Amino acid sequence: MNNFKVILNGIIKENPTFVLLLGMCPTLGTTSSAINGMSMGLATMAVLIFSNLIISLIKNLIPDMVRIPSFIVVIASLVTILQMLIKAYAPDVDKSLGLFIPLIVVNCVILGRAEAFAAKNGPVSSVCDGIGMGLGFTLGLTLLGAVREILGTGCIFNFSVFPEQYGALVFVLAPGAFIALGYLIAIINKIKG
Amino acid sequence: MKKLESTWYNMAIVLTLISVVAGAALAYVNDLTAGPIKAIQEKNEQNAIKAVLCSDDAVVVKTEEVDGCTVYITEQGAAVKTEDPANGSFGGGLTIMVGLDQDFHVLGYNVLQSNETPGLGAKASTWFQKGQKGDIIGKSAGPLAVTKDKGEIDAITASTITSRSFLRAVNHAAAAYSKAVGRKLDVNIDTQSGASPQQENKKHN
Repeated sequence: MNNFKVILNGIIKENPTFVLLLGMCPTLGTTSSAINGMSMGLATMAVLIFSNLIISLIKNLIPDMVRIPSFIVVIASLVTILQMLIKAYAPDVDKSLGLFIPLIVVNCVILGRAEAFAAKNGPVSSVCDGIGMGLGFTLGLTLLGAVREILGTGCIFNFSVFPEQYGALVFVLAPGAFIALGYLIAIINKIKG
Repeated sequence: MKKLESTWYNMAIVLTLISVVAGAALAYVNDLTAGPIKAIQEKNEQNAIKAVLCSDDAVVVKTEEVDGCTVYITEQGAAVKTEDPANGSFGGGLTIMVGLDQDFHVLGYNVLQSNETPGLGAKASTWFQKGQKGDIIGKSAGPLAVTKDKGEIDAITASTITSRSFLRAVNHAAAAYSKAVGRKLDVNIDTQSGASPQQENKKHN
């Protein structure tokens, strides 16, 4: 598989949100608006690329029986480092993203890709897989966030489309997340045939 | 290179090594970022003082700690950094900075730290600003309460818990300021419990 195909695979064929159904907790929790969904997706992508890179580099050093704890330590450290760096050098990003970053540790997209891809492939294609999966995840979250935001508040990316009082509050709340996700998956399955 | 065997010896060594390297990396980055993070927090606080007092040349003449609040007293009034005294916000740990003039009118506010639900309680940072639905600017702090508790402030839609907690913090700030300067609040009100009795269930209603 060439690297371009690896990237495309993550975005469409194995989209983590709509096809693999990985990382449902952050997906449902953080997509109350399009911008929140996109922020979470981008932060996850950053961690995913680096965790894939590091794990593909050290995969031969890790005995099979302790691979999961090793991966978790690598991922958790990366997330913490990312959080500290953002706090120190990009305070504006921290303001909008800060809440979501610690959540990335328990995102199973990252552990899943470490296990399913990075542990079996070289560093270059692992980074490509990180980019592809990250973009797929970002796209999925942004789409879900946009749907919930427009149905719930009548805005999209904070631009008002119709007055807020006609929005259905349920879409901003947790049940709306399940409903919107279910319909989106159904639509995407239909389109894919 | 061949993959390492899963022997006890190998596993112990590898796990220890990974943890040590990860720990060292974290310690190094923490050391590197501790300074800038602190500087940013202090700068944010200074900016928040100026912002909530709606004046760029506010000079803090005295800082006092009263009842868990930090009161920055200036010529025009005071900026008070406070938490909800009952810690009753939905996510907990709601910390705000409130600007008050000398007669305890609200000049402005800023949410410094909150764990409220995005899209619901987190709206507190804009909801109570001037011209918004729950406008508290210019109102006298002390007896502020949501309409549900027979007050006059519109609570954030679907986030009454957050709104109550927020207003309690504002009232608490006024009480602390009055204590710090030894001037009495006009209204006699128990800021600990807000304007009316509330047994709160931890849910949005």
